[in-house]
Amino acid sequence: MIRLEDLTKTFATPNGLVVAADKVNMEVPTGEICILLGPSGCGKTTALKMINRLIAPTSGRILINGEDTSKLNDIELRRNIGYVIQQIGLFPNMTIEENICVVPKLVGWDMKKAKSRAAELLDLVGLDPRHFLRRYPKELSGGQQQRVGVIRALAADPPVMLMDEPFGAIDPINREIIQDEFLKMQAALKKTIMFVSHDIDEAVKMGDKIAIFRAGKIEQYDSPDRILAHPANAFVADFVGADRTLKRLRLVTAEEVARADAASAARSASVADVRQSLASSGERIAVVIDGDHHPVGFVTADELQGASGRIGDFAHPLPASVPVRADLRAVVSEMFAHDTMWLACTDDNGRYAGVVTQPAVTAALRATYGGANAGAA
Amino acid sequence: MEILSFIANNWSVILGLAAEHIWIVAVAVGLAILTGVPIGIAITQSKRVADAVLYVASIIVTIPSIALFGLMIPLLSTIGQGIGWLPAVIAILLYSQLPIVRNTYTAITNVDPALREAAKGMGMTPLQRLLQVEIPIAVPVIMAGVRTAVVMNIGVAAIAAYIGAGGLGVLISRGISQTDPRQLVTGAIAVSLLAMAADWALLKLQKRLTPAGLKR
Repeated sequence: MIRLEDLTKTFATPNGLVVAADKVNMEVPTGEICILLGPSGCGKTTALKMINRLIAPTSGRILINGEDTSKLNDIELRRNIGYVIQQIGLFPNMTIEENICVVPKLVGWDMKKAKSRAAELLDLVGLDPRHFLRRYPKELSGGQQQRVGVIRALAADPPVMLMDEPFGAIDPINREIIQDEFLKMQAALKKTIMFVSHDIDEAVKMGDKIAIFRAGKIEQYDSPDRILAHPANAFVADFVGADRTLKRLRLVTAEEVARADAASAARSASVADVRQSLASSGERIAVVIDGDHHPVGFVTADELQGASGRIGDFAHPLPASVPVRADLRAVVSEMFAHDTMWLACTDDNGRYAGVVTQPAVTAALRATYGGANAGAA
Repeated sequence: MEILSFIANNWSVILGLAAEHIWIVAVAVGLAILTGVPIGIAITQSKRVADAVLYVASIIVTIPSIALFGLMIPLLSTIGQGIGWLPAVIAILLYSQLPIVRNTYTAITNVDPALREAAKGMGMTPLQRLLQVEIPIAVPVIMAGVRTAVVMNIGVAAIAAYIGAGGLGVLISRGISQTDPRQLVTGAIAVSLLAMAADWALLKLQKRLTPAGLKR
């Protein structure tokens, strides 16, 4: 847990006193990612760097797991906090292994343990240790370097990580990949993380909570969904963007809105049976599945009227299908791309897992609004 | 032809003078590294101090060597060393400060601030940052300064023959006073060859000392 209490930083400048952080109060529960979000100069980076005292606080307290950090010396404090920066900062004179082993060595691990840790961490981010341990940073691509930057911060297994726009300098495609990898790692490692970003999309994707900063103050500190659904004021609403409702689509997966019991029929099923079951359930469409339970097409109730034979003969190809893990933004995008009101979902093995419809998507967004309003009332 | 036979007949004398020459420069530049590198690192802490130190070092280099030798005679005479080896070493030590201090200062201040921030954020002490990150990265540039100092001062050491320091300058000064072109040319060629050889050898050393991760 990280707790900031009345954390304040003022800088003396030729134009007078500047308040970079103004009585910041917040708490990040253990194992969660908190995104500090805001325009440049809003004080988010200052707040972050006061935690590992790269910037000395003017006043206020910082507690990590209940302990007041002002009792620790700078060096000891920093060795217990993972730190990742946008510029990565791998030491060019050291190999990847030496880079990863820096903090373990500083805190006195034996070399054997540190080296096996380095190999283990490289494995974790999909970089083959046999290939990468002896390389130098300049031999790696930007994305590979940033993966090493992240695992270097994790090397001595600190409970807390500070990340200053860690993926800001990576191209959009690799950024998505690294973000996904990082979330997967975090699900297993459960670090308590403070993460500075200026990108609302990244914040919504990565954050368990988001703190929106302006002029050294927190304007709103809440879950991504609450911030998007109920911005506390005009500044927050403006910052998260006019399309904030669309952004909420990313917070819900297809699985949460799919109807798993939507009608389906085997290819070999008889038309009469399917027609009857559709009639009794009142549905208009049935997804056709093959012997391996993969969705392969669909039939409509209208076309089955008065027909006979096997369902396979009446099936239309599916316009598209989406994995149940996909977020609703991807689902809606597929719907628009194929001009359809519904899509079949598949599980990790490609088997039929239900149907998502456009009304179900809008209902899901409305439900969160409604639920939140009820909570406020 | 005359020059070649002169060289052939006086081979051992020439080598002896060359050894004296190398010894003067090696001791002086060696001491200059021991003083200049720490000074160059120390002045990174304050831009004002750095400017002042580099200014003084630049001024020293503008003093003609013959004048510097002259200035040292009364000072060092008090300990009976007014002429000879010691003033030569001191002069070269002083001349070497500029390239070594300046290159060290530039190399350390040019270390990517992101590296410094990463090192600091990971909990390295200032000394650990210096030894593990900043100096290894600065080594190629510091070595380039040492090379400049050596090459420049092989020439200065030749003039030190006039204050009795020995070295290859002896051939040149004798060649002038005795109007003997054989000695003069031999001395001049030997000094040039020595400078080129030293430059080449130090370049090799510089490459060896450059961390593998910084090589292109």
